[in-house]
Amino acid sequence: MVCESWKTKLDPYVDGELPEQETAAFHMHMRNCPSCAADALARVQIKRAIQVAGKRFTPSAEFRNRMQQNFVRKPQRSFGMGWMLAAAAAVFLIVGILTFGYLGNRSAGDQVLSEIADLHVATLASSSPVDVISTDRHTVKPWFQGKIPFAFNLPELQGSDFTLLGGRLTYLDQAPGAQLIYDVRKHHISVFVFQERGLPAKLDENFLSSKKLPFSMETWAEGGLRYFVVGDASAADIDQLAKLFKAAA
Amino acid sequence: MFYYVGVSEADRQLDSFEELAMPLFDQLYNFAHWLTQNREEAEDLVQETYAKALKGFSSFKIGTNFRAWMYRILRNTFLTSRTGLKMTMTVPLEADEDGPELAIERDTPETLFFEQGNRDRLQNAIDELPLHSREILLLCEVEEMSYQEISETLSVPIGTVMSRLSRARRALRERLRPKFHKEAGTAAL
Repeated sequence: MVCESWKTKLDPYVDGELPEQETAAFHMHMRNCPSCAADALARVQIKRAIQVAGKRFTPSAEFRNRMQQNFVRKPQRSFGMGWMLAAAAAVFLIVGILTFGYLGNRSAGDQVLSEIADLHVATLASSSPVDVISTDRHTVKPWFQGKIPFAFNLPELQGSDFTLLGGRLTYLDQAPGAQLIYDVRKHHISVFVFQERGLPAKLDENFLSSKKLPFSMETWAEGGLRYFVVGDASAADIDQLAKLFKAAA
Repeated sequence: MFYYVGVSEADRQLDSFEELAMPLFDQLYNFAHWLTQNREEAEDLVQETYAKALKGFSSFKIGTNFRAWMYRILRNTFLTSRTGLKMTMTVPLEADEDGPELAIERDTPETLFFEQGNRDRLQNAIDELPLHSREILLLCEVEEMSYQEISETLSVPIGTVMSRLSRARRALRERLRPKFHKEAGTAAL
């Protein structure tokens, strides 16, 4: 009869909707209960089958083109617009020179790095550092669907010292992005992913080497996305996690 | 970002909308086709959804769940369409307070059925489900939405999501069971 209360939780369990403590307790129960373990397995099999069978329809090329014509804006570079761009560029140049003189050596790139470091520290100081708590990348990655306007891959961590703790939605200069929190030897590392075009400054690969930062940090761009790996872990650990991300991209 | 110099507010809004909405195009179309069961109607539904979403985009709060917002518009548009109304009328109103389903059997006809790779038959069984069951099953399994997201999309409490989901899964198994027996019987002959 003890099983009956567990069986009502089978669906939330296979859907990943049980609270963490109940999931752990359910795992313990299944070790001693072949009936519940087999039921859970059967449900997962059904779930996977529907997942595959459900991806059934794809839009035609004509319809896709029609939608793009209606809802994707094309840059219109008319003659008048060209003059406007030139004039705007001149204004930006003048303003840029004045601003540069005013702010001294503080570049937009420095500000981006400072903001990334601030986001990392603010997250660790938060009482709820992650919006989605899971060590499973297949749980964390889908959580971002619909919340950010791009997709990215999370690396397989098996055999490494890193543990995924979860993820959260974050913003840099009003652009939405993903923040993943990893643990390595009791140090927390944040991995930020943003769209490169949404960033307030262009960063090249050698930008970081000339900077003195309070944290270890790596950044690179790939596939239109900009990655930042930041934390108080050793530079070697930061580099290792960066390599795992690069390999997964 | 010279591209943005001199563009209107409407153009900027279209850019933001495009960035958020166009990555959802394929999955929204898939869902629309499952709902309408017809290619032309699915195309009309998706197009109308995008038009409505763009029109109301200024009311969307950035940072909230855009995907659930889009699916809600699509579903509401479908339900108010001729096909949607017709389908809704044919769905019996069932109480959402059904108790949770108990465990399924091991080596059930349906698990054996799936193992044999009968994707077409599974798709047909999903097609035959009542609208409420079909949509919640697809949102959970195919779109991999959380209960909270489904609750936002369908505008129902999470408890209702759980009971509808449980009922949809049971209904699917019921539809697969006779098919399997029939197949097995034919094979035996």
